[in-house]
Amino acid sequence: MENMNVKTPQKTLWLRALCIVIALAILAAIPAVLTPILMPKYLTQSKEGSLTEEYYSAVAETNHDVLFVGDCEIFESFVPAILWEEYGISAYLRGGAQQLVWHSYYLLQDALRYETPKAVVFNVYALKYGEPQKEAYNRMALDGMEWSSVKAEAIFASMTEEEHFIDYVFPFFRYHSRWSELTAEDFAYAWRDKPAVSDSGYLMQTGIVPADTQSELTPEQLVDYTLPATAMAYLDKMRTLCAEKGIELILVKAPTNFWRYHWYDEWDRQITDYASTHGLAYYNLIPKASEMGLDMNTDTYDAGAHLNVYGAEKLTRYFGEILKEGHAIPDRRGEGDTAAVWQRRVDAYYARKAAMEAEAREQ
Amino acid sequence: MTLTSLPFLIFAAVTVLLYYLLPKRAQWVVLLTASILFYAAAGGWYLPFILVTILTTFLLARVIERRAKADEDYIAAHKADMDKDARKAYKAAGKKKRFRILTAGLILNFGILAVLKYTGFTLSIVNDILGLFTASTLTVPSLILPLGISFYTFRSTGYLIDVYRGKAKAATNLGKYALFISFFPAVMQGPICRYNDLATQFDTPHRAEWDNLSAGLLRVLWGFFKKLVVADTLMAAVKTIVGIPEDFGGMYVLLLIILYSAVIYGDFTGGIDITIGLSRMLGLKLTENFNRPFSSRSTAEYWNRWHITMGSWFTDYVFYPLSICPSMQKLTKWSRAHLGKAIGMRFPVYLATLVTWFLTGLWHGASWNFIVWGVLNGVIILISRECEPLYKRFRERFPGLTSSAFYGGFMCVRTFFLMGAVRILDCYRDVPVTAKAFASMFYDFSHWGDLFDGSVMDKLGITLPVWVLVGLATLLIFFVSRAGKETPVADRLSRRPVLWTLAALGLAVTVMIFGSYGIGFDAGDFIYGQF
Repeated sequence: MENMNVKTPQKTLWLRALCIVIALAILAAIPAVLTPILMPKYLTQSKEGSLTEEYYSAVAETNHDVLFVGDCEIFESFVPAILWEEYGISAYLRGGAQQLVWHSYYLLQDALRYETPKAVVFNVYALKYGEPQKEAYNRMALDGMEWSSVKAEAIFASMTEEEHFIDYVFPFFRYHSRWSELTAEDFAYAWRDKPAVSDSGYLMQTGIVPADTQSELTPEQLVDYTLPATAMAYLDKMRTLCAEKGIELILVKAPTNFWRYHWYDEWDRQITDYASTHGLAYYNLIPKASEMGLDMNTDTYDAGAHLNVYGAEKLTRYFGEILKEGHAIPDRRGEGDTAAVWQRRVDAYYARKAAMEAEAREQ
Repeated sequence: MTLTSLPFLIFAAVTVLLYYLLPKRAQWVVLLTASILFYAAAGGWYLPFILVTILTTFLLARVIERRAKADEDYIAAHKADMDKDARKAYKAAGKKKRFRILTAGLILNFGILAVLKYTGFTLSIVNDILGLFTASTLTVPSLILPLGISFYTFRSTGYLIDVYRGKAKAATNLGKYALFISFFPAVMQGPICRYNDLATQFDTPHRAEWDNLSAGLLRVLWGFFKKLVVADTLMAAVKTIVGIPEDFGGMYVLLLIILYSAVIYGDFTGGIDITIGLSRMLGLKLTENFNRPFSSRSTAEYWNRWHITMGSWFTDYVFYPLSICPSMQKLTKWSRAHLGKAIGMRFPVYLATLVTWFLTGLWHGASWNFIVWGVLNGVIILISRECEPLYKRFRERFPGLTSSAFYGGFMCVRTFFLMGAVRILDCYRDVPVTAKAFASMFYDFSHWGDLFDGSVMDKLGITLPVWVLVGLATLLIFFVSRAGKETPVADRLSRRPVLWTLAALGLAVTVMIFGSYGIGFDAGDFIYGQF
């Protein structure tokens, strides 16, 4: 180690200081520059990851009377374009893959910063989860949220044990390892708006894979059928939030009842009791499947777990009637600006449907 | 809080800041406080164990020194009354008493290490033996293993022995001595510093000097680079090969030898770079633990270049004392008389070598694979020594060849693979599985095709860009290591601010982008931290 008895020249000191400042500036700039490239784009794979952020451009165009929140049973089951076309209902889905109840609560709270709908429809299946499940789903639900105290709270409520808040503040530290799997898409949309993957939150699937009715697979028997207290506490928070804002909270269970994602009668009774205790409407649509015309030979794309677009349209027509008749959601087809926005959305929906069907035929 | 974690970075940065901002006389207090906090963060239950070691070795060293001084004073005062034999007898009696104190200190501290680290292993052996005769077995307790116990036990007992031998003065300041034992950058995985080398530096005030800060920081970044870009990236492939030995035999075992050598080199030398670099930032100079080990031409040379402080500890405190102890001398006499001069001369050295390497293996871990690893190293060193006349004759016969760079390279590669082959015992952690995997290299040729059709990448879960990255990183390490033969590269760069900035920035950015950290990576724990 050098003994610094000799005074360091002033010029050298300045040079060192300058070098350090420049180095720190570059070091700080690197994550800022690279994060947009490294962040997953969710355009061709795991499209659900795009759903959260797509809401902001939609709400900038028009407000919505109905907000749907929940897991995949929301974004694969309800078609806002059909709700508009058939009932004049302006609706948006804030759903996501394995979107847990706290995700839904905070995404709803986030949406209420921009608009106040007349009704919120919450799909109850996610109430089975009382703990954060998987980091990937957290990221898909939360990365797209605009920064606010709500997002910070959502992150703290959602993180698994392996996650750190700082990775959400600086996503670079989470996604740096994607350097070896970057594609042209990552560069193309690093600083450019991405095309929407959904239609007002609805993620279209046109494939048809009939439900396997011959399968001997049956739902597993549970030790305890009590819905987790944490999940119910967030449902309660959602109810309180809606009550404070004068919004009607409607509970729904989508009509699919796949063996692996089974909705048990015991759970249903708990939700029915909760709804009746708090004066909420609850629609378990599983028994209504045939009434709405669902045919699980043609209306599912993954052997019964989720509906395809044909099933979703049937369900939406059925549920639109409920919203219109039972909850007095207004028909806004006569309102100029809103109608214009929705006409564009409906056109986009049918264009996408036609394109996907054509692509499926080619394959 | 591992050395590559964000909390550690923040912790280290705050410590360095306080170290230089607070009055200089408080510098050691800052480091002691940081060391206690660091240790407590690893687990509050660890603290009593390290405290016992600190207190007992501190006090016993003081007693040993005081007694030695008292003996000297007594002899000086009674020089006239005592003849030479009486003085010699008095000295011997005093030494014997001091030796008893030393022995008590060693038994206590090695006893703690033995109980905590080796009880489970010992009981499992007892159970295996019992299993031959009875169905009943002893319960193997699950004991905590305090952070860095193997390292701080060696540091403290080495100090106690040095005081006993009169090579070190007993510490007078308990706080500074506690800092020597628990110094946070080095507590987890060394280097195993000697008291005279490190503790005296705590007495000197240190100014924030560019040379120390810049060279230290660059070395820290270099450590991060080795650990996160090379070691942890390749660790995934190592785990894959080791995880299913039956699927990854033959060529994959050869690959494992190479990959694990890179992993442990990046991991251990990277960790030491962080430790030495951080200490340098604090104005402290730690003993180097590595000296380009993979350029060794023989096993003996390798062990003079790899984990140097551990090797020198075993040499000074086990090998030499064992070689010259009275019972060994008796044994030598006996073997010379009964087995002949040639064997008799070798006997003490061979026995001491094998015992030392057995203990070295045991120190690394309480399992058979480490014991076999240690003994194998000893055996290889002894075989090399026996073959030395052959080598000599070969060198005399082919002076041109043996002095060529090609032959030198061949010797390095041979040593690399020899040490690597022994090292895979650490990967499989099971002696029969390791033996079977090793043997498969010589009869299972079915996997060689994977190298040429590219399926090796899919099977090991590492993509081509990652292989390229690690390859380039390894080349960089090689060239930097060569360039630093005389003066460390970090020192040279710190004298040239622009180059230093470019190097620091390059390393930081490379680690940030290409480092294996965050979710999906099992980074963090250093391999030697487990020992």
